[in-house]
Amino acid sequence: MTTLVFVESPDDELSQQAVVMAGSLGAPVSAVAIDAGALGFAPAAWAQTLVDVARERGATAIVAAGSDRGNEVMAHVAAKLDQPMAANCIAIAAGSPATVTRVRWGGSLLEEAQLDGSPLLLTSAAHAVAAEPIAAVETIALSDGVSEADRAVRVVDTVPAGGGGVSLADADVVVSGGRGVGSAEGFSVIEELAELLGAAVGCSRAVTSAGWRPHSDQVGQTGTKISPEIYIACGISGATQHMAGCKGAKRLLAINPDGEASIFSSADYGVTGDLHEVVPAISAEIRKVRGS
Amino acid sequence: MRVLVCVKRVPLTGGKINLTDDEQAIQTRHLGFTVSPHEECGAEEAIRLVEAHGGESVALTLGPAEAEEQLRDLMAIGIDRGIHLLTDGAEWDPQATAGAIVAAVKAEPEPFDLILFGTESADAGNYQVAIRVAYALGLPVVNGIKAITVDGSSLRCEHEVSGGRDVYELTMPAVVTVMEGINLPRYPSVPGRMRAKRKPVAASEPARVGGIESKLKLVRLVLPEASGKQVEILGHGPEAAPRVVEILQEIGVL
Repeated sequence: MTTLVFVESPDDELSQQAVVMAGSLGAPVSAVAIDAGALGFAPAAWAQTLVDVARERGATAIVAAGSDRGNEVMAHVAAKLDQPMAANCIAIAAGSPATVTRVRWGGSLLEEAQLDGSPLLLTSAAHAVAAEPIAAVETIALSDGVSEADRAVRVVDTVPAGGGGVSLADADVVVSGGRGVGSAEGFSVIEELAELLGAAVGCSRAVTSAGWRPHSDQVGQTGTKISPEIYIACGISGATQHMAGCKGAKRLLAINPDGEASIFSSADYGVTGDLHEVVPAISAEIRKVRGS
Repeated sequence: MRVLVCVKRVPLTGGKINLTDDEQAIQTRHLGFTVSPHEECGAEEAIRLVEAHGGESVALTLGPAEAEEQLRDLMAIGIDRGIHLLTDGAEWDPQATAGAIVAAVKAEPEPFDLILFGTESADAGNYQVAIRVAYALGLPVVNGIKAITVDGSSLRCEHEVSGGRDVYELTMPAVVTVMEGINLPRYPSVPGRMRAKRKPVAASEPARVGGIESKLKLVRLVLPEASGKQVEILGHGPEAAPRVVEILQEIGVL
């Protein structure tokens, strides 16, 4: 019995978490990374390699991180083997069938489920367990079982992102506006505060749907997941769609005229009031403190 | 070109999720419904591709009778017709869902050039139905796409990664899963809503491939534990600004 874990790279935090979670199945863990050489990332080829290695080693489970690539490669494995797969688990226990707890709605809801597959196929939700350095990662080449069809879909090029500004995903401070901002022009007060704090500007889905900000600014389940030291949410009510994107924030300051808004139940600090008055006052206070 | 987009009806959950007494579903009595966000963008992309290259756009859903509302919403923004795979409302697992979609696609008189999905549904988030469908149909598949360019039978697809975009090239017919941000879906117009009422929806009851027993079986839904946070109200209105700045200084971001 062994559990095979697909590792994206030895220092990838989510892969490290996947190895920790795989350990809770009780079988010895074999962590493998794939070096596809000149082919690069080709999900079907990578999946076929995992299928072949798992078979050779008699693996009873295959586990990966619940990342873009982890979920994608594992879904290819599941389709190839015609076996069930549980994506984004926060807890797993061996058994017949196995028991899993997995994430729904970007983490706003959990599902307890039975997974009846052989091998067991699952991915671990981000930050469900603490990462630990992986004892040994074996780098494997593509297996002989990889077909021409498996190689056909691959990354042929990577184009760099247009630069400029603070990256939302990596920012230490994020200042976001929601429906309460009222218009595209209304974001000028948000931008001003963000600039003073060296922060990234974010927004809610209501704002991108209205066309006030580009989707690249959206924090949420279908936008960017952020993990700043502090998240300043202005005029955002706190829908589950939004909270799924900012639950990694260490602290949350909510500014909202409605003291009953659901965002206050997740906030560390709150200011009740109109953001169009409160946010410029904060900017003015920062300038005053800085003596400029 | 003939483009199919597969969509799922999901509740608009708002700020707080409540469960039914049997813990098998979300209490939706007071909620509206929508199409999963990624899939809404998939529908918009299907419409734009057909506007640019000619052909037909079709939306498919597997769900209860009420899910016709979502098909009509998409037809109101330009989808030409609907395929409704009727269920009794209980959720189907990913393998059964993929099996039903494959059967429906094979039953079409003409094949689709492109089959679009959202990368994952808003509710279940299983990340796999599209890939299972692609394998069953023997089609190439790319995932998490935020830009599609069509040139003859070739597709160029871009997937956002940290610091840039990975580019894939593939030949149609193909399966592509898209993410919100690939486009900004349009709003339905009043004439669009009128036209949608007259567009055809083919409803049928799908067979459950692989039997009735699910291999990924929901036992119960659980609400995550509350954060236990107690919010500290720093003040009301602009007078709160000095206290906010103190906090920012304490945290060390100022």
